[in-house]
Formats: sequence, structure tokens, C-alpha cells
Amino acid sequence: MKTKQEWEKRAVEPVLKISGERKKKFSTTSNIEVKRLYTPSPINEKYLKKLGFPGAFPFTRGIYPTGYRTRFWTMRQYAGFGDAKSSNQRYRYLLSQGQTGLSVAFDLPTQIGYDSDDSHSEGEVGKVGVAIDSLADIETLFDGIDLEKVSTSMTINSTAAILLAMYIALAKKRGNDLSKISGTIQNDILKEYIARGTYIYPPAPSMRIIRDIFSFCSENVPKFNTISVSGYHIREAGSSAVQEVAFTLADAISYVDAAINSGLDVDKFAPRISFFFGAHNNLLEEVAKFRAARRLWAKIMKERFSPKNPKSMMLRFHTQTCGSTLTAQQPINNIIRVTIQALSAVLGGTQSLHTNSFDEALALPTENSAQVALRTQQIIAYESKVADTLDPLAGSYYIESLTDEIEKKAAEYINRIDEMGGMIRAIENGFPQQEIQNASYEYQKKVESLEEIIVGVNKFKTDEQPPENLLKVDEQIGEIQRKRLKTLRKTRDNNKVKADLAKIKSNAKDDKTNLIPAIIEAVSDYATIGEISNALRDVFGEYQEQVIV
Amino acid sequence: MRKLKVIVAKAGLDGHDRGAKVISRALRDAGFEVIYTGLRQSPEQIVSTAIDEGADFIGVSILSGAHMIVAKKIIENLAERGAEDIPVFMGGIIPESDIAKLKKIGIKAVFGPGTPTSETINYLRNYYKKNDM
Repeated sequence: MKTKQEWEKRAVEPVLKISGERKKKFSTTSNIEVKRLYTPSPINEKYLKKLGFPGAFPFTRGIYPTGYRTRFWTMRQYAGFGDAKSSNQRYRYLLSQGQTGLSVAFDLPTQIGYDSDDSHSEGEVGKVGVAIDSLADIETLFDGIDLEKVSTSMTINSTAAILLAMYIALAKKRGNDLSKISGTIQNDILKEYIARGTYIYPPAPSMRIIRDIFSFCSENVPKFNTISVSGYHIREAGSSAVQEVAFTLADAISYVDAAINSGLDVDKFAPRISFFFGAHNNLLEEVAKFRAARRLWAKIMKERFSPKNPKSMMLRFHTQTCGSTLTAQQPINNIIRVTIQALSAVLGGTQSLHTNSFDEALALPTENSAQVALRTQQIIAYESKVADTLDPLAGSYYIESLTDEIEKKAAEYINRIDEMGGMIRAIENGFPQQEIQNASYEYQKKVESLEEIIVGVNKFKTDEQPPENLLKVDEQIGEIQRKRLKTLRKTRDNNKVKADLAKIKSNAKDDKTNLIPAIIEAVSDYATIGEISNALRDVFGEYQEQVIV
Repeated sequence: MRKLKVIVAKAGLDGHDRGAKVISRALRDAGFEVIYTGLRQSPEQIVSTAIDEGADFIGVSILSGAHMIVAKKIIENLAERGAEDIPVFMGGIIPESDIAKLKKIGIKAVFGPGTPTSETINYLRNYYKKNDM
């Protein structure tokens, strides 16, 4: 597309015909009309190459031609604690408050493939998310929630195949149309080795599971995002914005390579790859980061994998405001931090957003603090009007220069990783881990030397009373889950479960067999997460962390 | 003064290791000998490492909410193995209301979010001096 007229005719008009825009006319308080898009005039070659039009390569200005003028981002609050029943209540509450998508937080045993009654799970059941052992818990978790109407994002990685299988089994049981259920599984194992720590198996079998998920989903649940390649945790581990972009895209390249090497066509799975970034306090750098990531990914896909479908080059992303920026001191101040961070995500064109609650440096959020967090997004959407025009900060000298620099520096990192033999090799050598750790330690030193000021922590301190009204997870949850498991193991058909687990093992030994169908069978017969994970542990072994300090 | 030895451990299933790594490096820069265990260490493993290495201190980082059970088990294990003289301190996300309980079962100090590394370093040095270890 060379001209604005051409863009309006070819890209905008088709969207307007199908979905229209939120308002007939957008205008400011002074009745100045707000246009969909502002560009230099005349449009020159340099503009087209670097920025282009929303919805067109290189997607710097966004992936949709009408952006938030048609629909706001999905407001998706990450939540989950205790057992399935208490989390279900929280989801229903959030949906009743105007949240538009679900995002499930699982407890650590669920994420690492241990049942609630496993000795590894002691003290951890229901703590950082909801405890799920079997399909029975998933049935409770989504009770009264229409899977065809609400999209569900699940932060689940090494056990993603099992949770996805449970979701599909539930949809089948309820008679849902599988082509209509939608959502996301995080399924990004590489960043687990780098920064988040919920790995189980070594990289090779983990990549095989991911490949099987890509291939199964493209045929069976076409509206599911099969991976959410995550920079968020890399950033939270202390990386810079550039490192966040570089390591995330390097991980993504590995996933695309793996899928293509196993014979999948790039356009079959690449459109379902999604991304997940953090939003930090440096508002303008963050806006530039999101734009740079979009442009760099589009170029990488085009140059390395030659897709035919433009959707394979679009970087769609979820954003979460960065939890590590929250302070335990003067926690109300966190509302302001979250607002700045959320604003950066919206100005950067995020597809969905989680805003943290102000009390999260202290505990999981209460209903009240979770409501404030959701309201923060709603105020940005409905009151600030920043969503009335697309990519509003484009053309700012500072923003464009930062966008260029972040893209350039991230590309340099990716080249270095290529030279090392790719991201998996780089991780095995501890390269990204070491880079992140250095950045995080340097930052801490700056905080302690007061070169970096954190309000309420190293400056503007006040004497405070310990905060009240924090959420406390019921200590009995572990016992409740253990009892439930005992009953389940007595009432299900154990012969079937035994056969299912044997089949999973034999399929795991054959690299050519897709693992997912057998896992769906097993969860449908109420095999547990621990049982299935242990079957795979027997075949695949366990990853040993590279300890680097 | 001889070099003091600290075991920095991640207990339970928690993967948040930013704080553990930062404190490890800060202690090392301050002249301590530091052994960082890596993730998912059981209380038994942590205690064994401390005894085998002849550690002066054990530092446990935990952000998942499993701190009470982990602390209790480490203290019990140290006692069983006759090593109750190794002081244990903790860091991470630990609610104010649990700190007193942790101290009651024998945890010497708890460092919450935002604690400068210098505070932890000074604490360990003073502890050593005061207790004539």
C-alpha cells in the first residue's frame, strides 16, 4: 500500500463493513474531529518502509486497520487461588464487573506436574493460583461460564498439553463446537529455563510436545492461540527492555524452526503464535518497545520463513504491568504505577491487558484491589480517549528514535544468539540467564546508590502501619484437595486410567506420534496431572538447571 | 576476619530467583563466600548442603507462600542433625503477620521486598560479631 486512500479502500473499508467502529464520529472536548490515522504529508518511501499503515507490513503502527476504534483491547485479569470453587467465584465476579476475557493462574504443583497429594506439593497447594488435579476440578472451575462466549488464557507451560486437553475434554462433554472455543495457552518452555522456573523435561522432548500441540490445534481447535511467547518473565527477572524483545523473539524463532523442521507449513501455525510482554514505568521507552517488537518480528518472519499469509507476520500481544515494580511500602502508590504502565501498553497497541492490583507486593489481590485494577483499564479506555486514534505517538522524534534503537539493539542480540547456534544452545550455555542477571544486579546497585529513585522505598519514606485486609489462602486447601483426590481414585475406572497412561508412555517413545489425542483420552477418564506428568517423566527424564551466579 | 560462608537457597517449587541471585552477588561482592543452590531445593537438601559446606548462615528465598512449612522443616532438620547453631534467615514475599510466627520457630530474620542488600549484609556481619561465631 502506497497511499492513504489505497489503505482506506483496501484495508479499512472491509473492516468497517463487517464490524464498524465504536462511534460514528470521534472528536475532542473542543469538538475537533479525531481522525483514524495521522501521517506525514506527503507520504514518502522512508515512512512506508519504517512505519507503513496499521494492518500492513511491517505493522509498526499496529496490526489492525481500525485498532481500538472498532474494539478496545481485551481486559483480562490474571486470577486464581485456592480451589476451583473459590477461583470460579472470582471469575464470575470479574466477568460481572465488565472483564472481557478470563486468565487462569494455576498453583505451582499444577504447573510442575505434581498432584496435590504429592510430597513435592506440600505447602504449595492453591497458593499462587488454583489447584487443579483432574478434569473434575476443571469442571468446577468453569461452572456457569460459556466456553464459546468467553476466551480463556491459561498460564501453563510444561503441563500445557494436559490443561489444554482438559479444556477440550470439558468442551466436548458440554457439547461445545470445538471450532468456536478460543483462548491461549502460554506453552512457552524456553523462557521457563531462562527466567520462570516451571520446567519439567529437558529441552528436546519439551519442544516435541510444543510441536505436537501446534499441529493438533491447527486441525482441531483453530481459534486457540497455541503459544504465548513471553518476555514478561524475562523482564521481571531483571532484563532491560531491549533484552526482553531480543530474547522473546529469539525464543519465538526456535519455536517456528521446530515446527517447520517437523514438516508443518508456516502459514498453518504461525498465525496462532501470540506474544506476552511486560509494561514498565519508563512510559515512552515501553511504547517504543512494543512498536519495535512488532516491526522486528514482521521482518524476521518475512526474511527467514517467507510466509504467504500476512497474519503469520503479525505480532499480537498480551501485556501485564510488571509486578516487580510494585512496592510493599506505601502500596496505594502502586495504583499510579500501574496506570502509567497500562497506558504504555495501550499507546503501544496491545491486544489484551492485565493490570496488577496495588497489594500484590504483599499478597494475592483481594476482590477490592482487583476491582481497582480493572477500573484502571476501564478509565483509560473510556475516559482518557487515547484509544480514539491509532498509534497516537507515531512521528514523535523521541519515540521513533527509541523504536529504531530498540529494534537495532535487539536485532544485534538475535544475531549473537544465531552465532551461538540458536536460542536453545544459548540457554544451555547460560547466555540469556547471565545477561539478565547482570542487568538485574546493576539495577539493584543503582537503587542502593540512589541513582535510581523508587518513591517510598529509597526516598520519600514514611512510617507505616502493616497493611490490613490482605487475601489469605485457606491453609485447609491442601487437605481438601487431597481428600478429593482420594475419592476420585476410588470412583473412576482405574483400569481405563492404567491403559491410558501406558498408551501415553508408548506414544512418548515414538517421536512421530502426536501425544495430544492420548492425553485427551486420559484426562477424560480422570487421569490426574501428576499421573500423566510422571508417565512422561519416566520416558523423557527431568531437566537439570544450569546454576549460574 | 575469616570469610563467612552463606548458603542461599530456593525452597519449594517457586521459580522467582531474581532476589536470590541479587543477594548472592551482593554478599559475594561484600566478601562473603556464597553457595547458591538453584531452584526447587527440599529442606533436607538445603540442610545437607549447609552441613557439608560448613556454612555460617542459611538464607532461604521464597515468594510462593509456602514459607511456614519450609521454615519449620528446615529448623527441624537442622535440629535432627545437630546443626541448630546454623542461623537461618529468609527473604521474599512474606506477610507481616507471619514474621513473628517464623521468628518463634527459630528463623533469625526476615527481609521483605525493597530491603537494601546492605541491610542484609550488615545484619549478617553483626550477627557474627554478637554471637562470637
